[in-house]
Amino acid sequence: MKALVIAQLTFREGLRKKLVLGVVLLSLIFAALYVWGFHLFVQDWRAMEARRQAQGATTMLPYEVFASAMVLLGLWTVNFLAGVMTIFAAVGTIASEIEQGTLHAIVPKPIRRWEIVLGKWLGYAGMLAIYIGVMVAIVTTTAHFIGDYRPPNILQAYGLILLVALMLLSLTMLGSTLFSTVANGVIVFMLYGMAITGGLVEQIGTALDNDVLVRIGVIVSILVPSDSMWRLASYLVQPRIAVNFLGPNPFGTTVPPSSLAVWYSIGYMVVLLLLAMARFQRRDL
Amino acid sequence: MTSGTTPHRSDWAIETHGLRKVFGDRVAVADLSLTVGYGELFGFLGPNGAGKTTAVKMLVGLIRPTAGSGLVLGRPLGDHRARRQIGYLPELFRFHDWLTGEELLDLHGQLYGLSRAERRRRIPEVLELVGLTEAARRRVRTYSKGMQQRIGIAQALLGSPRLVILDEPTSALDPLGRRDVRDLIRRLRADGVTVFLNSHLLSEVEAICDRIAIVNRGRVIALGPMSSLLAGELVVEFRLGALPDGTLAALERVIQIDAVQHGERPVLVARAADEAAVAQAVDLLVRAGVPVYGVIPERRSLEDLFVQLVNEERSEPR
Repeated sequence: MKALVIAQLTFREGLRKKLVLGVVLLSLIFAALYVWGFHLFVQDWRAMEARRQAQGATTMLPYEVFASAMVLLGLWTVNFLAGVMTIFAAVGTIASEIEQGTLHAIVPKPIRRWEIVLGKWLGYAGMLAIYIGVMVAIVTTTAHFIGDYRPPNILQAYGLILLVALMLLSLTMLGSTLFSTVANGVIVFMLYGMAITGGLVEQIGTALDNDVLVRIGVIVSILVPSDSMWRLASYLVQPRIAVNFLGPNPFGTTVPPSSLAVWYSIGYMVVLLLLAMARFQRRDL
Repeated sequence: MTSGTTPHRSDWAIETHGLRKVFGDRVAVADLSLTVGYGELFGFLGPNGAGKTTAVKMLVGLIRPTAGSGLVLGRPLGDHRARRQIGYLPELFRFHDWLTGEELLDLHGQLYGLSRAERRRRIPEVLELVGLTEAARRRVRTYSKGMQQRIGIAQALLGSPRLVILDEPTSALDPLGRRDVRDLIRRLRADGVTVFLNSHLLSEVEAICDRIAIVNRGRVIALGPMSSLLAGELVVEFRLGALPDGTLAALERVIQIDAVQHGERPVLVARAADEAAVAQAVDLLVRAGVPVYGVIPERRSLEDLFVQLVNEERSEPR
């Protein structure tokens, strides 16, 4: 299938882009800081426990609540970086190639236009699957070897973070068939920011028991379901005791989105990709 | 539309009927109808902004026509099945310049659906054809403009196409490079490949094309074999000796005199309907006792025709 030729090209191109390289460097810095931070946290925890025991006080909360919070912070950062990388990598994938003229020699080849869009999507998806996989692995192995803690449902969390990235990928690519690179970047980042803010508003609404705020959050998560999938991931990856202790918070939720929301998100990803294909099919180059 | 020198064919390599493209309120191509026969070297000419590149883009499926229809290699415009046999060099192109020349051709070979073995055989061949064998392993980014144009031509020839559409293939080349490309195009025709050449270099088109179309304001204003388009009136310069009175008047009956340079050896510039008229004029002069030192026919060039046709259009109201 010709789409795979484009997928391979996109993957290789992604590896050579400076922006992606930048994200990878940032990610390495993050990984180093994360390992170090986790190490400091474990040290502090042990020192605090030792003090407590010396004073004869009982443990207030189990270790896993704090270890889980560390994992949650790590995964949140991975989720955020993956989102940023997705948008940066794919923001000009169609638009800038039209502007530069690189598509002019590709489109007249015996390949269907939708295969070009699908191929690009697959190339980026492969890159993201690897990137997110490596980053999640860094977080969990750090927790395991430094913190002696194993978060639950890590594979589901990986899948959901990947789903977040792939939804943003479809959204960014659709935008790239409609707008110029710059306009698309502005629009997609605004939507992404809105999704994050919407998630926060929903958490505040839950904490204050305010229906209007919760509803705003829900509406935003229908428009751009990236944040709600992250919150489901965060819910799954924490032990129940940690969820209950943290309550509504910027990084997680006490009310996980339903499986319907997951299907909605998958549908969102597919439909936006199909729209991008349909749009590109008709576009003059 | 077809004249004596081109055999009539029921199926053309390219055939368009009333192609039209409107961008917003700007008409890029108004009404383009033309035919290109198999094996022909076809020149597509027109002033800047005549809609040539838009027309070419419609032929290769980059742009959808607003109205009209067309067949390329017997398939509707934009049909991807015909594209296996079409090689296309875009006008304003940029390749994925982080690839080496070889990698770029490998990518395009894959897009053409060539097998690994075919690519391994064909890529060195086309690199050789365009003279880039030495630069095969260099990144396209480091190529000069002329080299980029060559790799673009190589990419168009990769799939051994039946139809090659070249949009300004020599714009970035020096005179030597141009000659190379001209030779290459001639070789393609010798192999039976149909070549559609969009170029504003009239001398280039005149030197190699069999048939041409001249477009202006998105319409075909001349279409036919080069030889018959350039035929027509002859312009002849006569270099003579002393002219007795009345000779000019007698000559006027045979040819139309445009300019006379009097003197010891007068020079006449005249237009004749055909060669027979020129012979008649010479006969008349000799019989009148006028020494004829030279009769120099001036071939009408493609440039003359082009300028004349486009100017005629310009003087007409829009």
